[in-house]
Amino acid sequence: MELVGSIIMLGIIVLSIIVFSVLTVTTRKILRSATYLLFTLFATAGIYFQLDYEFLGAVQIAVYAGGIVVLFVFSILLTSRPGDNSAKLTSKKHVLGLIAAVGTLVVAGYALFSRCTALCTKLSPMKDYTMDNLGTDLLGSGAGQYLLPFEAISVLLLACIIGGIVVARKR
Amino acid sequence: MELTMLYYIIPSLIMFCCGVYGFITRKNMIAILISLELMLNAVDINFVVFNRFLFPGQMEGMFFTLFAIAIAAAETALAIAIIINLFRVAKNIDVEDVNEMKF
Repeated sequence: MELVGSIIMLGIIVLSIIVFSVLTVTTRKILRSATYLLFTLFATAGIYFQLDYEFLGAVQIAVYAGGIVVLFVFSILLTSRPGDNSAKLTSKKHVLGLIAAVGTLVVAGYALFSRCTALCTKLSPMKDYTMDNLGTDLLGSGAGQYLLPFEAISVLLLACIIGGIVVARKR
Repeated sequence: MELTMLYYIIPSLIMFCCGVYGFITRKNMIAILISLELMLNAVDINFVVFNRFLFPGQMEGMFFTLFAIAIAAAETALAIAIIINLFRVAKNIDVEDVNEMKF
């Protein structure tokens, strides 16, 4: 039996994830869509915090909510007038999208529920997860440590910065 | 009531399906990119939840999510640079109107 507080907290998080992700794809105004995306990302960070991954939750808030959503808002304001509604959906496209989404739901849901015993796993206490261990794993070069991907990501980010400047500059 | 893995997987599944729906029905390129972010985020949740519930002694899923977040940030920045450049050339970012890939 767990604390009532954490159950209520999870209920709020799950409800807001579902509601805001549906609103993100159904609202007609694109700036609102970006705002609902922000709320969805915050709720995701809430899930990470609840599962005791504090560092990951902080990264989620800093990079996604702080970086990517700001980029989205800037580019929306640069490319479209914020008050505009998007055009009405044609019913053919609407049906196609619904079929794809429900198909994904059915296939993935079936795959999940056919593994029903694994789904009922309960939360067990985490072994040696400290900030110290995390840093050692991220920057160590031994077995099961992540120095090489870390460096590859840093080179990728540099390439991304240069590429962004080259693509978007004025000619 | 016990908090099992199910309560974390279901919202991520619904989030992914919303992403698929938005990816197909939207016309604005930035809205398509937003749907893509939803899908990426749902996959990140799955990695973390499976890691935490099934292998609580390891951290592979968490690190994978960490790197996936970084790559998603890079990908979004580049895509937005391309979209803004396209807007400068074509004055329009609807996928149905932009159909020739040349300057």
